[in-house]
Amino acid sequence: MTINELQDEMIEQFSQFDDWMDKYALLIDMGNSLEPLENEYKTPQNLIEGCQSRVWLDAQMKDGKIYFRGDSDAVLVKGIVYLLIHVLSGHTPDEILNADLYCIDKIGLREHLSPTRSNGLVAMLKQMKMYALAFKSKQE
Amino acid sequence: MNKEEIEHIRADFPILNEKIYNKDLIYFDNAATTQKPRCVVEKIEYAYFHLNANIHRGVHYLSLKATEAHEAARLIAAKFLHAEKKEEIVFTRGTTESINLVAFSFGEAFCSAGDEVVISAMEHHSNIVPWQMLCERKAMKLRVIPVSENGELDMTAYSSLLNKKTRIVSVTHVSNVLGSINPVKEIIQIAHEKNIPVLIDGAQAVPHLAVDVQELDADFYVFSGHKIYGPTGIGVLYGKEKWLNAIPPYQGGGEMISTVTFEKTTYSELPFKFEAGTPDYVGSTALAEALRYVDQIGLDKIAAYENELLRYAEQRLKEIENIHIIGTAKNKSSVLSFLVDGIHPYDIGMLLDKLGIAVRTGHHCAQPIMDVYGIPGTVRASFAFYNTKEEIDRFTEALKKVVNMLK
Repeated sequence: MTINELQDEMIEQFSQFDDWMDKYALLIDMGNSLEPLENEYKTPQNLIEGCQSRVWLDAQMKDGKIYFRGDSDAVLVKGIVYLLIHVLSGHTPDEILNADLYCIDKIGLREHLSPTRSNGLVAMLKQMKMYALAFKSKQE
Repeated sequence: MNKEEIEHIRADFPILNEKIYNKDLIYFDNAATTQKPRCVVEKIEYAYFHLNANIHRGVHYLSLKATEAHEAARLIAAKFLHAEKKEEIVFTRGTTESINLVAFSFGEAFCSAGDEVVISAMEHHSNIVPWQMLCERKAMKLRVIPVSENGELDMTAYSSLLNKKTRIVSVTHVSNVLGSINPVKEIIQIAHEKNIPVLIDGAQAVPHLAVDVQELDADFYVFSGHKIYGPTGIGVLYGKEKWLNAIPPYQGGGEMISTVTFEKTTYSELPFKFEAGTPDYVGSTALAEALRYVDQIGLDKIAAYENELLRYAEQRLKEIENIHIIGTAKNKSSVLSFLVDGIHPYDIGMLLDKLGIAVRTGHHCAQPIMDVYGIPGTVRASFAFYNTKEEIDRFTEALKKVVNMLK
């Protein structure tokens, strides 16, 4: 599936709920289902320090595609890490670099990604694009 | 305070009727900033519509009016703190600027390499960083009073920290994280025995308890307007006249000068020496209105009611499994910091928000005290006199729901 197809699928999943608490329950489920990142990957290099919560991000290149894995100490943040990884992982550097992540707004999670939230998510998204750029320049 | 009085007070704060995600707002973030009563906002409007002119220099009617309002505000602030003279009140942008002013100007006059500054482990970053900057500038040393497990200052350690090199002590009256009310009178007394002046950070104290700077014998006492129902961007530095006279100006510009030539400038008298540039006379006027409002209700009454709220909330939160209150000093203001085992504060704060409840999460700009407790942050509910027990009930039920979702 393309990044946009994956985003639409996510939007669809959240749109079945009207109540915020139900939407967040789904996000918590996603957070809890995120494959835990082994401690050996929770290195200072992979750590994105936010003011409130911490995020770890690891990226590997395989057959021209980037595979992300991540974790956080806050479960809502972990839910968004799951969402971003689900949407972006397994795509080429170009696809990731050109991705427009409209699903965040559509689902109503923009506030978590506002720069003032400082939960590490804005930096994580930036880092995902940085990885894509780095892997791309390595390829060329 | 009875139900009727509270309802009366709540009616003065229009924002309390806001709906957040279609739910009634419960505002429990009063330690960060307080809401504004109608009279304060009306005062701002009145000042701009009826007495706006630059102060202290105009010969015209409006300038005179504005000057009078600013100086009347100074007198009200002086009376509020029980200062001896109104010249001992300097208007600043807030607590942070007040502390920076003292750290800079006192540092210039009285500090040199090898000297020491004493602060405590429970300080807000605003009462740490300005002193650290002074220490860097002058090659001085920062000494820190330790805090006990329940959130009280270690007074024995404090006494032993004071020595011939100590130039100033700067501690908070009330902790913004733990709510502890520190024994500032004793702190000042101990320092004065060694002729060391003391600055008290009153940001979290003035909205909740009556302060008498003369009775405390504080050398400097600082607070912010916005934490006591006044506007943002205005605050107070109280300084004993002898200290304010002994330290140089902080910023240069208009208003603070007596005469200026290119060879030499002489400075104004107190307090103008420390108010460079056009002062925030609208802010000071509105702050005075806020102080008047608080005075009218009475701080003793406010303190008693807020303590009732705090004790009630502590009682109700016990119903939640694996909850830990951070900060259990005997003498506490209406700040309730807590953690629930295995749940990140951010998650609790976000979900409470969706239920219309505003609390603060994180390290509350006091990272060192988090390190003392070995925690990343807390959830903090802080109460004001417009909060109610019914709100605490709704908060408790919401918290139960949220904890259930997250565990």
